[in-house]
Amino acid sequence: MGEKKEWHSVTLDQDICKGCTNCLKNCPTQAIRIQNSKAKILKERCIDCGVCIRVCPYHAKKAVTDSLDIPDTYKYKVALIAPAFYGQFSRAENIGMILSAVRKMGFDDVFEVARGAQAISERTRELLESGELLKPTISSACPAVVKLITIRFPNLISHIIPLKAPMEIAAAMARREAVKKTGLKPEEIAIIFVSPCAAKATEVRLAKTDGKSDVDFVVSMKEVYLKMAQQIGKMTEEDIDRGSVSGKESILWAVSGGEANATHTERNISVDGIDNVIRVLEDMDDEKLKDIDYIEALACPGGCVGGPLTAENNFVARSRLSALVKSIADVGESVDSDIGAAWDRPIVYRPVMKLNTDMKRAMEMIMKIDEFCENLPGLDCGSCGSPSCRCFAEDVVKGYANPDDCVFRLKERMLDFKEKYEKLMEERSEQDEG
Amino acid sequence: MADGLKLHFDVDGTDFTVAGECSSKVKKTLKQLGFDPELIRRVAIAMYEGEINMVIHANGGTIDVEISPESVVVILKDTGPGIPDLDKAMQEGFSTASNTVRELGFGAGMGLPNMKKYTDKMEVDTVPGVGTTVTLSVIV
Ligand SMILES: Nc1ncnc2c1ncn2[C@@H]1O[C@H](COP(=O)(O)OP(=O)(O)O)[C@@H](O)[C@H]1O
Ligand code: SF4
Ligand code: SF4
Ligand SMILES: [Mg+2]
Repeated sequence: MGEKKEWHSVTLDQDICKGCTNCLKNCPTQAIRIQNSKAKILKERCIDCGVCIRVCPYHAKKAVTDSLDIPDTYKYKVALIAPAFYGQFSRAENIGMILSAVRKMGFDDVFEVARGAQAISERTRELLESGELLKPTISSACPAVVKLITIRFPNLISHIIPLKAPMEIAAAMARREAVKKTGLKPEEIAIIFVSPCAAKATEVRLAKTDGKSDVDFVVSMKEVYLKMAQQIGKMTEEDIDRGSVSGKESILWAVSGGEANATHTERNISVDGIDNVIRVLEDMDDEKLKDIDYIEALACPGGCVGGPLTAENNFVARSRLSALVKSIADVGESVDSDIGAAWDRPIVYRPVMKLNTDMKRAMEMIMKIDEFCENLPGLDCGSCGSPSCRCFAEDVVKGYANPDDCVFRLKERMLDFKEKYEKLMEERSEQDEG
Repeated sequence: MADGLKLHFDVDGTDFTVAGECSSKVKKTLKQLGFDPELIRRVAIAMYEGEINMVIHANGGTIDVEISPESVVVILKDTGPGIPDLDKAMQEGFSTASNTVRELGFGAGMGLPNMKKYTDKMEVDTVPGVGTTVTLSVIV
């Protein structure tokens, strides 16, 4: 596995980490261990969902994104704005105001990801109708969910809709439009995605190494938030030089339920929050969801408005979004239908839970794990540095952890030792007396 | 079977909500062992159906799973009412499940046919009034 293939936006700042076990216990893929009082991320298991960023009380978990200093080799900078961004600002009266403010921050142009969402919804409806897809069909929009499927649900890979995410399509549209407007070469245009999450940052980085992303830079919503809020505060009527060309349906992709609604299917599920997503996918894996056509699955609570890099709480953002779209038409300006929307990278199973490449050896390991597990208290307390007793047993058998890292085992051993010592002392004094 | 892995489960016959837990555990183990996902899927579906049958028709029982690099064998054993007419029970859609059970979403009469379909070999040893033992084998 090459270095670049395992690049993750989610990273840990060792100096700040106190080893408190909050991330350890909440990571949905058990990708975290604590060693020497510091958290450590097992890269091959991390899906960049950002749960650890959200739960760390010391902000030691970070998302690596790009800075706003775009190199001069780019002659024209286009900000790509996800609809979740619209819900971040208390003083924004309309979407035009937000888009104009983004441009004023130092971009040459602004493009709405919602337009990509509209294109994807159109293609999705066609595909669902064609009968070519395996049902239930799973959305490909959330990269954390796609990654989760590749490590935990190999049998569901073929159910992922073979379409790119709205961000990618929107990036291609934005570049094309910018080339037309400016006459510049495609590579002289910078497409900068303002991201609600680490998952998108990782996704773009990986796709880019294969030459398959139209996004050039990913900056975090949090990072531009303050500047934006100030900009919006200063805006007058005259400063608003553009409006949204997207429809309500595609803007509401930002909240859970929006994307599913735009499929126009009757039997669909919209599930948000990574633990809920896992529950639904487990049921699907057990073939319990045969009557469902489409599954919208978003890793973040409430959908992308709950992304780990957003500034506003997701309930407030959702309410603002519904106010902003009230006076907007359901469907926006028509979008290019010939933009390449087909998913273009293989999605392969990565058996990260496999214990050993030799199956016989793996079987022996399971027996040892079961045996060792029986001597553990089953409290899943995390003080050993593994997320559960079972996981600790696995780590011990794999040789990654020491049996005495379990404080309860250690205590028992010490009590045992104390008993033996006392007995020895007793025997000795009896001998002395005799 | 000397160098195989054996798993044992007791299936509670009174709680519908936990039915399926054993097959989930087996699924997890097979993934850890590195079995092919498609094989895991077949084992899990067949075992799940057997587990459900045990709960809805036979008041629970035991499941033994024998795993080797060559095969996965699932033995479902109960001391329930037995199956009086096995040929009939094997027909798609045949079910004696009560209305209450159907309302819970079980009892479509596809369990036994699917267990046969998803495995390479299925043996049913059933004696009315004594119990039923179903042995499912999937060859690697
Ligand atoms: N373990 C069992 N003990 C007693 N009867 C069983 C058992 N398994 C299946 N049966 C009988 O066989 C029938 C068909 O089983 P199955 O195909 O699984 O359909 P379903 O469970 O939906 O009724 C059941 O309705 C029941 O009468
Ligand atoms: S980003 Fe998600 S999967 Fe990765 S370590 Fe954090 S909680 Fe675990
Ligand atoms: S739900 Fe949206 S914000 Fe959250 S990880 Fe997925 S794509 Fe990113
Ligand atoms: Mg059945």
